[in-house]
Amino acid sequence: MAALLCLCALLAIAPLFLVTYFLIAEGASALDWHFFTQLPKPTGEAGGGMANAIVGTFTLLAMASGIGVPFGVMGGVYLAEYGGERVNNWLRFAADVLNGVPSIVWGMVVYLLLVVPFKTFSAYAGGVALGLMMIPLVMRTTEEVLVLVPQSYREAALALGIARWKVICVIVLKTALKGIVTGVLIALARVAGETAPLLFTALGNNFWSHSLREPIAALPLQIFSYAISPYDDWHRQAWAGALVLMAMILLLNLAVRFLSRGRKFD
Amino acid sequence: MSEPVPSSATVLRTSVASQPVAPASLPAAAEEIAFDIQNLSLWYGTTQALHDVSIRIPAKKVTAIIGPSGCGKSTFLRALNRMHELTPHTRHTGTLRLFGEDLYGPQVEATYVRRRVGMVFQKSNPFPTLSIAENVLVGLRLNGVSDKALLRQRLEEALTMAALWDEVKDLLGRPGVSLSGGQQQRLCIARALAVQPEVLLMDEPCSALDPLATAKIEELIHELRESYTVVIVTHNMQQAARCSDRTAFFYLGKLVEFADTRTIFMNPSHPQTEAYVSGRFG
Repeated sequence: MAALLCLCALLAIAPLFLVTYFLIAEGASALDWHFFTQLPKPTGEAGGGMANAIVGTFTLLAMASGIGVPFGVMGGVYLAEYGGERVNNWLRFAADVLNGVPSIVWGMVVYLLLVVPFKTFSAYAGGVALGLMMIPLVMRTTEEVLVLVPQSYREAALALGIARWKVICVIVLKTALKGIVTGVLIALARVAGETAPLLFTALGNNFWSHSLREPIAALPLQIFSYAISPYDDWHRQAWAGALVLMAMILLLNLAVRFLSRGRKFD
Repeated sequence: MSEPVPSSATVLRTSVASQPVAPASLPAAAEEIAFDIQNLSLWYGTTQALHDVSIRIPAKKVTAIIGPSGCGKSTFLRALNRMHELTPHTRHTGTLRLFGEDLYGPQVEATYVRRRVGMVFQKSNPFPTLSIAENVLVGLRLNGVSDKALLRQRLEEALTMAALWDEVKDLLGRPGVSLSGGQQQRLCIARALAVQPEVLLMDEPCSALDPLATAKIEELIHELRESYTVVIVTHNMQQAARCSDRTAFFYLGKLVEFADTRTIFMNPSHPQTEAYVSGRFG
């Protein structure tokens, strides 16, 4: 019985090894210095890279954090420190529903909100789409770590005559900082690989974007368009892009592991 | 520190804390009152925790609150600096005045009350992200004091008063939680003293400490009454006898008896007090 269960457990994680194997087998050969420094070459020319897509992904993630972190953290603070039980139950339910909304729906909503009115795909639209996805994720993890901060610290600070908002900013958030950062990294890892919300918003770009009001390249989009192309050279580049994206997300997860190691407040 | 003591009690003083005996002729009415509390009742939801408590706590003395678990002594203490307001669904009736000022007046903010009335908790709770120095100064800093010289001066004063300066003066940058249990509790006392409150409330400050650390804190309490009004909740009657001037005995949310500590322990006027201090219940 134990052997059977062990086999099931191994089967469950087998895809990780398969994914890693194929990514390295197919992608590593296309991975060179040019991949990180050059723009995509026009159809038919060999070589080129995904420098713009890598920079684009970081740009989009930075913009997404600009929306997801402040709103998510403040929402989490409200849930943990201020909200009444009934309001909180509704907010938590809504956040959990939002976490389950298919990512392409976010893309469509932001398309209607930002792309149609401004008549252009843009980095802004892509960043907003990813940022909106981050908010409920960050909000829930922030709430969870704030609740873990012992009440005795809040009491000790309040007993010094410190105003409540200062107690929350300086004592509570600082105590829970590692946990909050961990939550933000988890949310970033989650949205970094999203393709669907970017299809109708950031669109993708084969060149450098000169402004955030223009379409912008992103690794998942570039992988998508190269993978469905008919060229072998582009397929190899798509594999290499996937390998880089996977490595980025793995690094984020390692950072999460490192930060959440031995997290406790007592 | 002179203190009016009824002469009849002086014969018992050898068994109680080393309190100086003032001339019996000094009138008791000259004593300054810190807290003047009239008809305080307090409810958690529909449960009444305090029943019609009236008490006048003297200034620059140590007042001990004793009584069995659940008698309302901690609730009473938390009402003195409005900490009970942190518990949802609490309400109270009656008046609480500190040196004549209504602590629950319409213009009075809880933060103002808590700056005047500091508190030390049962379990030491230095802030884990702050160093020793930062722990002591956090109350001043977050209340807008930024003058470096002043902060430095208060840091040394508060730690000296908490009898911790000599032990930590070379470790001020270390985390507050790196200290031993007894040192952490003295750090919490220094933190409370740094904002220069008029009153220090202590909620069973020694219950988590070993006898040596307890002795140090008790000695400290004794010294603190030179400049502060101290109200200490304790379940340890020896502690109340050792370090307090006055003792209030609470039972089932009511104030049963409030008198000189030696009177409470040697010659209580209420049979319940007598039963409790002689160890027959509680």
